[in-house]
Amino acid sequence: MAVTVNPERDAVATPIQRALREAFYAGAIALGLFVLFIGLRTDQNMSNELILVQRWGLLAGVVIATAVGRFLYVGFAQPAMQRAKEDKAKAPAVVAEAGFVRRNFTKIGIGALLLYPIVIVLLVGFQGSLKWVDNFGIQILIYVMLAWGLNIVVGLAGLLDLGYVAFYAVGAYAYALLGTHYGLSFWILLPAAGCMAAFWGVLLGFPVLRLRGDYLAIVTLAFGEIIRLVLINWREVTNGSAGISGIPKVSFFGLMSFNVSDPNYIAKVLGIAQSGAYYKIFLYYLILALCLLTAFVTIRLRRLPVGRAWEALREDEIACRSLGINTTTTKLTAFATGAMFGGFAGSFFAARQGFVSPESFVFLESAIILAIVVLGGMGSLVGIAIAALVMIGGTEILRELDFLKAVFGPDFTPELYRMLLFGMAMVIVMLWKPRGFVGSREPTAFLKERRAVSSSFTKEGHG
Amino acid sequence: MQYFVQQLINGLTLGSIYGLIAIGYTMVYGIIGMINFAHGDIFMVGAFTALIVFLILSALFYSVPVVIALLIMMIVAMLLTSLYNWTIEKVAYRPLRGSFRLAPLITAIGMSIALSNFVQVTQGPRNKPIPPMVSKVYNIDGISVSLKQIIIVIVTALLLALFWYLVNKTSLGRAQRACEQDRKMAALLGVDVDRTISITFIMGASLAAVAGTLFLMYYGVVAFSDGFVPGVKAFTAAVLGGIGSLPGAVLGGLMIGFIESMWSAYFSIDYKDVAAFSILAIVLIFLPSGILGRPEVEKV
Repeated sequence: MAVTVNPERDAVATPIQRALREAFYAGAIALGLFVLFIGLRTDQNMSNELILVQRWGLLAGVVIATAVGRFLYVGFAQPAMQRAKEDKAKAPAVVAEAGFVRRNFTKIGIGALLLYPIVIVLLVGFQGSLKWVDNFGIQILIYVMLAWGLNIVVGLAGLLDLGYVAFYAVGAYAYALLGTHYGLSFWILLPAAGCMAAFWGVLLGFPVLRLRGDYLAIVTLAFGEIIRLVLINWREVTNGSAGISGIPKVSFFGLMSFNVSDPNYIAKVLGIAQSGAYYKIFLYYLILALCLLTAFVTIRLRRLPVGRAWEALREDEIACRSLGINTTTTKLTAFATGAMFGGFAGSFFAARQGFVSPESFVFLESAIILAIVVLGGMGSLVGIAIAALVMIGGTEILRELDFLKAVFGPDFTPELYRMLLFGMAMVIVMLWKPRGFVGSREPTAFLKERRAVSSSFTKEGHG
Repeated sequence: MQYFVQQLINGLTLGSIYGLIAIGYTMVYGIIGMINFAHGDIFMVGAFTALIVFLILSALFYSVPVVIALLIMMIVAMLLTSLYNWTIEKVAYRPLRGSFRLAPLITAIGMSIALSNFVQVTQGPRNKPIPPMVSKVYNIDGISVSLKQIIIVIVTALLLALFWYLVNKTSLGRAQRACEQDRKMAALLGVDVDRTISITFIMGASLAAVAGTLFLMYYGVVAFSDGFVPGVKAFTAAVLGGIGSLPGAVLGGLMIGFIESMWSAYFSIDYKDVAAFSILAIVLIFLPSGILGRPEVEKV
């Protein structure tokens, strides 16, 4: 809010005076914003009428906290950052040699991911590992995969898609319906779900070929909502909002099963103790493999003519067209490829949950996936993986913070604040790093030497 | 025929609310070229503020005339909601102006998530019903028109007239239109661009707050998640009418209202939203920049 202050007054005021003034403004604004929402609470009484509960103490606390926070930020944090910036500018530019970790980041990352379940099992045993492998490992990797899939559409081809979750839903329902009704195996349905999602990607692609920018955004959003509404209302097939349950588990490539009752149950075949953790660990490696497949395909595609056409389309559609690139097929392949990975992730999701309902495919999911892509620095696979880890892992970890109960009293439920903090984190990260975590891009075509291009020089595409 | 007219009236009521919200989207889009995704939640904040003011009024006074109660609710909601939108613009959008296009979209989505969850955390997740404020229904020739619907249409018409005057006849409106056409040039000619943009956000929020108050009065219930669906519908309306065009937003809002009420009356109520979204897609295939939108001229 520094912009509110008249610069002429700034010159006279000392930093502390300025901070005091800013703190006063911030407090006043916070008072205005929160007076009704925090100061009063609407509650139902015994006869189901709404009554107001007064909470002025809490309001005062929040307002004072805002003012003090603003005071500290303007008075101390801002000058300190300014100084650090100046020092950095004065210091001779040292070209930092990339360290070992930085140079081999991808290899180390993949190694760590491969070892993660083993380490967890060694640390907390099979039973304790369930939560860590499932809630953290698999959950984050699903989002990594979805974000990498969406990255093809948004990051590479520059087409803003707000309805990506539709393809996720198509994949999930394809597996759920065909798996439960026809008893087909996951290994047959995984590619089938991918193809089906790709087909829907093309279907969506056709009407939106001529649309650009925000028109495209709203039509893709509408498409996502249409798919969700059809899933809710087409009760004969999808069972409506109740969803489909009893979706078969994935088998170990048809050789072993993870159902305790089956004769070829993994523990019986291998002669080991029964545990639900085997399935989770297997799923973990499965989604890891799917993620790596997505990354591999993306990296390879970028070097193929079609990948270069996508990036050309993102940079400048007109130039692209004048060079003889067929923008229709380019856009359609981007939609289809992105949708296919969404479909894979969807069928994996259905197999993992054993239950699907339209609840899982709301717009919020699309928004989260898009946010991960943008926060990661569009186009950068590593950046997107880091963003997924931070955003999804961060909100998952909030479920675990039981010690906060000791601080804020036993009524405090951190889960309640999860999405609030998620939304605020999206804003803060974006303000802090407008270009995403990894802001530079590696060119796929280069003369002599590959140099990272600062993302300030690349466009994000408008079509 | 009576049934049809009845649906027409329902559609007009619904469309007025969508139109009021859609103006906020289209104005912000016109002036800074971003989708203010938090606008739907701004509308919800407006409805919630109206609810709390209503409860305060009924707690303090034994009975308040409905007109005065509605007026107070609207004014307080307009003020507070404007403060919210103003703050959001300052904190989340202004620092990213001039940054790449998707950055403010992401902060807007983040703000939308944060706002609805803020209301959920502070006010609880339940639906909040209020006793009906206006219950009179007129019966003309077999067509029933409730006083609520008349109020909604009249308030909307009055506000639109005021708004049209503001945009077309005042220096503020001139500054706004100048910023819309060329922000840099407007700044060079002495228009305070930052202030104009702030005022745009305040105006959009005020209209959304009125829409929220009317929504509360019409349905008698509001919940923290009520911002999303009307928000998306209004956004659809803005795009349908041609985003950036003010008459387009109103026209789009009315169209979405009519489509919805007609579809639920003659076909199936389950698929009314599907119908609205499909018609949007179909219209955009033939008119890629909406009904009244100007086609984007590309400079190479």
